[in-house]
Amino acid sequence: MSHKKELIKFQIDGLTVEAEKGQMLLPAALEYGFEIPHLCYHEAVSPYGACRLCLVEVTKRGRTMMTTSCNYPVDAGLDVATNTENVQRARQMILELLLARAPHSEKIRAMARDAGVEETRFRVIEDADDCILCGLCERVCREVVGANALTFVNRGDRREVAPPFGDPIACIACGACVYVCPTDCIKMKEEGDERTIVRWKRTLKMQPCQSCGKPFAPVFQLNWIIERAQLPKDFYALCPVCRKTKKG
Amino acid sequence: MTGAQLENILKKHDYQKSSLLAILQDVQALDNYLPRKTLEAMSQRLQVPLTQIYYLATFYRAFSLTPRGDHLVTVCTGTACHVKGAATILNTLERELAVQPGETTSDKKYTLETVNCLGSCALAPLVVLDGHYHGRMVGTKVLSLLKGDKKDASKKS
Repeated sequence: MSHKKELIKFQIDGLTVEAEKGQMLLPAALEYGFEIPHLCYHEAVSPYGACRLCLVEVTKRGRTMMTTSCNYPVDAGLDVATNTENVQRARQMILELLLARAPHSEKIRAMARDAGVEETRFRVIEDADDCILCGLCERVCREVVGANALTFVNRGDRREVAPPFGDPIACIACGACVYVCPTDCIKMKEEGDERTIVRWKRTLKMQPCQSCGKPFAPVFQLNWIIERAQLPKDFYALCPVCRKTKKG
Repeated sequence: MTGAQLENILKKHDYQKSSLLAILQDVQALDNYLPRKTLEAMSQRLQVPLTQIYYLATFYRAFSLTPRGDHLVTVCTGTACHVKGAATILNTLERELAVQPGETTSDKKYTLETVNCLGSCALAPLVVLDGHYHGRMVGTKVLSLLKGDKKDASKKS
């Protein structure tokens, strides 16, 4: 049985659009060029609805409600409004809250400026670590990398993302969380033959390339990949650059 | 917790990942806390990432990652209890036991905790001692409650 995509039609800001039934609203709208701000959504991982910035007004069977578009499955006949006064007001409030929580984040400050928010009325957290608990790092580590090094810890105002027992033994220092973090609160540095993910306090020795001698990736990470993918033991003897030149 | 004890609990739940919460409850009931070694062994045996177990263990207040005392004293600090003077009662207990909420006395006898509401607001202010509700608490009463418990404990042992 072949999988048949069922396309449905609905409206975004008066424009009739088509999308696969069950697809989430945000990616469908982005594909059509609608600008909906978002921080916790990434196409590589499942939607989570944490940052609340992708709020839109959805009218279904005559009833209108405000909802996050990243985790709202599209349906035939929906009428979506992405930039109403209500939506703008809600987004401004969310941005004010985010500004207080992550005052150093350039991305959030730029978003706030775009939305007409100059400053926050809320108490700015002193020495904030800029984490907005969007969970992208945790999702990318679990769903994409599969290292399962990170998790949400505690609840309510003590909630944070951290390795279990604060001990990052499962972290392969791949840097996926660094890449995906919308507020740049996870930093990575390489010094000599060591790579460190600063936020998780994970430092790993890197393997030197057998040809050029430059350290290129953590030994722990390479062994982890070799074991999982059942690759030959010397698969990662060369760094990506030398590998290419040797082949070509 | 020994490996055999953990194995018994796991067997009881048919090694089902979906029973993770119930398994954690059983471990907590047996050891009065969730030892790190046990959680790590559990992760191995059930093929569940340690992150998922740790997530649950830190999410629910019923679980503790540090050893709890023989007796659990819980002070309700919900709105009704707060208005009726829960803070004073908590203060009295903090002084008497010389611990902060969430901590255990050095003799491992008492663990002091707070809870946000137990839905028994008519009994405010409320103190729960080992699952038994004691309503209309005042500072002096809570001390005699502890002392009574000390007597009971000495009788038992």
